[in-house]
Amino acid sequence: MIKAGIIGLGKMGISHCAIVNAHPGVNLVGVCDTSTFVLEAFKKYSTLTCYTDYFKLIEKETPDCLFVATPTRFHYDIVRYALEKGIHVFCEKPFCLTVQQGKELVEIAEQKRLINQVGYHNHFVGTFREMKRLIKSGIIGEIYHFHGEAYGPVVTKEKSGSWRSNRDEGGGCLFDYASHVLNLIQELIALPVSASGTLLKSIYSKGVEDAVYSTLFLENGISGQLSVNWSDETYRKMSTSLTVVGKMGKIICDATELKIYLKQDEPAEKLTRGWNIKYTTELSIPVAFYLRGEEYSAQIDYFISSIESKRIPEINSFKSGNNTDKVIDLIFNDSKIR
Amino acid sequence: MEKILFGDNQFFAVSHLSDEKSRVQSIRFKENSAIIQVLDQVVGLGMHTFMCTTHDRIAEICDHIRDNPDHYKGFKIYPCMPYAHKYANAVTELGYLGALRQYLPGNIFTTLAKGGMAFMGKDFMKMMELLIDAEMKMFKKIDTPVIFIQNVMVDLILGLGMKEVFVEYDRYIRKKYNAEPGYITMNLPFLLDTLESVGIYNPVICSSINKIGFRMSGGIEIYEKTLRERKFRPIAMQVLAAGALGPEEAIEYIGRFPQIESVLFGASTRSHIKQTRDLVNQYLRP
Repeated sequence: MIKAGIIGLGKMGISHCAIVNAHPGVNLVGVCDTSTFVLEAFKKYSTLTCYTDYFKLIEKETPDCLFVATPTRFHYDIVRYALEKGIHVFCEKPFCLTVQQGKELVEIAEQKRLINQVGYHNHFVGTFREMKRLIKSGIIGEIYHFHGEAYGPVVTKEKSGSWRSNRDEGGGCLFDYASHVLNLIQELIALPVSASGTLLKSIYSKGVEDAVYSTLFLENGISGQLSVNWSDETYRKMSTSLTVVGKMGKIICDATELKIYLKQDEPAEKLTRGWNIKYTTELSIPVAFYLRGEEYSAQIDYFISSIESKRIPEINSFKSGNNTDKVIDLIFNDSKIR
Repeated sequence: MEKILFGDNQFFAVSHLSDEKSRVQSIRFKENSAIIQVLDQVVGLGMHTFMCTTHDRIAEICDHIRDNPDHYKGFKIYPCMPYAHKYANAVTELGYLGALRQYLPGNIFTTLAKGGMAFMGKDFMKMMELLIDAEMKMFKKIDTPVIFIQNVMVDLILGLGMKEVFVEYDRYIRKKYNAEPGYITMNLPFLLDTLESVGIYNPVICSSINKIGFRMSGGIEIYEKTLRERKFRPIAMQVLAAGALGPEEAIEYIGRFPQIESVLFGASTRSHIKQTRDLVNQYLRP
């Protein structure tokens, strides 16, 4: 049994907590948060051991791995401490507030050969995983454009909010919604190396942006657009999509379906000329416990199996999280030019 | 329970298969009259149970039902709460306490908070009861014989191992609403074990049951074994596996498990509704 701890019991932390606790290969030895309200609920209704201080959790429970789901500004200190203690770490996204902090964590994790993963869960959504495979296979030919989008109804009224309305604490749509799309672009197509014409729009929030629009240039010469808005109430929940256009076809993907248009038959892929649709029902990753989506359990299964098999994970490493932080940085810097 | 429970996903742009389809649905059902028209077709086809989320717009549909008592004689609603996205988006933006402040009725939040966080923390059940009452308000004077907790909430509580919450929910729904508590889940075998472990026997459980094992966590074999061997009142949902299965093969599969009491499904057109009704009548035991 792998001993795990969870630091931070916000929305993602609680979700991880339920999934980890239900995982047959894991013993959840402790959870940690500073909110009296949340801890009282855990003490009263769960059998989990609760801490308000993560140093104590680590010292008393000696976990093999930690899930860090605190507000972003605490990631660096907690993850660094855990890595120095030789603990494998799953860290929520975005990874760190500065590129330098993330770089240090990547180096420590690699040097100590510890399993490290960030929570960009779209890589465990069946449709996006298949899209990645199809892009790498080259079936749409030379790619000349992409369009990465995410929309949802997080901030739809003017009012003061939590840490998410403060940029220095990791708030704003760029760190939150847009980071998912940037990570998909970087892992499915190529790493963005510059940004142009960036618009960070505050719609209802004060101090942070609610929408991000930008033109991105990737390291392999492909360019395309980013369009993200978390104040769009025409969406019931967060909806992320990526369109990639090539000389031989086009792929449009979201969490529910994958639409592939081809100029010619691809018998090896069992795809034909014109539109081909693949649905999440045939692509989703089977899981033993389901909460909100297969991807949340699948990413935890992947992390745990990496620890068990001592395999350095190929998906969602700290390094990939650090790369996304770099892209966030360059978009933010570009926005300041105007 | 009736053999067919008519669902509401199609009215609120919930498509598990396509975001595009969701938008088409939300345009089609923009006006409440469009929803009511479909509900009337359902009633016309001899079905009388509407299983729906406690979405704000359902409150307006309930007004219509109350205003036309003769037309909706014998009509039942199975509420499913909470409408999770409403709370999830609020938690993302405002944190737990901010979200509670927004959704607890009147000054109750302030009253509880005045007692201090520790006090408030200890009064979770009171808060749960207040939130249930707030969500149930829209169904006043409407027959709600079964009241469900949504799968996000059930599966969260299940994963966290907070079994006593189920006990308190069960007790409150029976006592206050004189109704049967129901549970929606994506983890049927695990939930059934957990409910039985805290003395909740023969529960109403609505879960994905379909021929291709879609959203049947742990695999189709353990679901089939549970359906054959365990005592509970199953409702099958996602029987078409989000559209991956044709209606006849989908319902034929459900018919192999005589213990299944009801099928939950939603559709937007009379012909689809009638087709599913006829198949359920053909394959499900009388």
